[in-house]
Amino acid sequence: MRVNFTVNGRPQEADDVWEGESLLYVLRERLGLPGSKNACEQGECGSCTVRLDGVPVCSCLVAAGQVEGREVVTVEGLADYAKERSCGTSLQDAQHWSAQGQDSQTGEGTELAPIQQAFIDAGAVQCGFCTPGLLVAADEMLERHPDPSDADIREALSGNLCRCTGYEKIMDAVRLAAARQSEGV
Amino acid sequence: MDFLRPASWEEALAAKAEHPTAVPIAGGTDVMVEINFDHRRPEYLLDLTRIGELYEWEIGEETVRLGASVPYTRIMEDLRPELPGLALASHTVASPQIRNRGGVGGNLGTASPAGDAHPALLAAGAEVEAESVRGSRLIPIDDFYTGVKRNALAPDELIRAVHIKKADGPQQYSKVGTRNAMVIAVCAFGLALHPSSRTVRTGIGSAAPTPVRAKTAEEFLNAALDEGGFWDNGKIITPSVAKRFADLCAAACNPIDDVRGTASYRRHAVGVMARRTLMWTWESYRGTAARTEGVA
Repeated sequence: MRVNFTVNGRPQEADDVWEGESLLYVLRERLGLPGSKNACEQGECGSCTVRLDGVPVCSCLVAAGQVEGREVVTVEGLADYAKERSCGTSLQDAQHWSAQGQDSQTGEGTELAPIQQAFIDAGAVQCGFCTPGLLVAADEMLERHPDPSDADIREALSGNLCRCTGYEKIMDAVRLAAARQSEGV
Repeated sequence: MDFLRPASWEEALAAKAEHPTAVPIAGGTDVMVEINFDHRRPEYLLDLTRIGELYEWEIGEETVRLGASVPYTRIMEDLRPELPGLALASHTVASPQIRNRGGVGGNLGTASPAGDAHPALLAAGAEVEAESVRGSRLIPIDDFYTGVKRNALAPDELIRAVHIKKADGPQQYSKVGTRNAMVIAVCAFGLALHPSSRTVRTGIGSAAPTPVRAKTAEEFLNAALDEGGFWDNGKIITPSVAKRFADLCAAACNPIDDVRGTASYRRHAVGVMARRTLMWTWESYRGTAARTEGVA
């Protein structure tokens, strides 16, 4: 079957999609967006987290046919998405922003989102496999809770497993991003 | 495999009537796992995510009519006053990502004994609104679970909504697992005080082939609270009564040994959760009663 949907602001069309295929598979194998990672395929690890109509979901548990006509943001589009949001665009508009006409689909050449920069600065990336999912989940949390408590952060990231860092550096990174966001840095 | 995308509830019912083997999919948090792992290859997937009314709820006089696909996140955030037990249960479901997709309709459709919503539904009192092209019916929650991952739905029926009694008193929910997030219940317990009818209802998860109520324990406690005048005098429940209630709840279990826990551990834990949830709700009831009626 054919699936038409929007990914990171660009209309996309995937052909010959198997009916039982996941959104994750379509993103990675058909649209060349390998940022969302495939680990557990059962919603346990969160490394495939994307935003579907603004809401964080495990893309491995979304059937491809269910995204027809919907909007998806992956880690590749996170920088653009965050930029759009910080430019004073309303949240609703940011969630439905349109293509910027960039050539790169993988985020190359664009500035990093504040949450991405914070992960680097805080040393929250080790092997990096869990990072895309954590970034998408953390960015969405900061959108809802600009000044999160540690409990807010832990809860928002409770669906994302990391086996390297022990989470402390990830906590640092999210606190750093929140602090920079509130200072307008 | 065929992917059926009904645009309306009527179309969905017609599709289910035409293809009774079609597997309904909404949040996908159960169905997609089975497909990803090749445990299941349904001939038809029936996508329900285009049907807006399944994502809506109505708060009535006595019940909340909760659309089958209302995500757990919405129940936690928007329905806590009316459905406190179910809101607590919803918060124990997996992770934010899963709670954004999954809902009570899927929990009921899967009918796993470990489904997190079931004990809360049993304790609150609920009816499942099932519909087919033949018509609509309300299935009492006590009759809904018929076996391990089996329910009372006919092959051509879909779950439209769940009618859950609005809380008329404190409710609690407790779940045993190895961590807070992303955990399938070792066992779970829901308890609701119903001061208007002066009854207590319970729900036990993951400790029998189906979710069950501890009916003998409820009858014992209802009689004991009645005899002691507890609903009126708001006294602390006698420890011996709480212990007997806990023992009877443990006795209502029919658990198995599995990787998550042994049968005897489950029985023990259900007894502990029964006593604790009774104490928590009763303290809350006494607090409310003290404020509104001046009893201590």
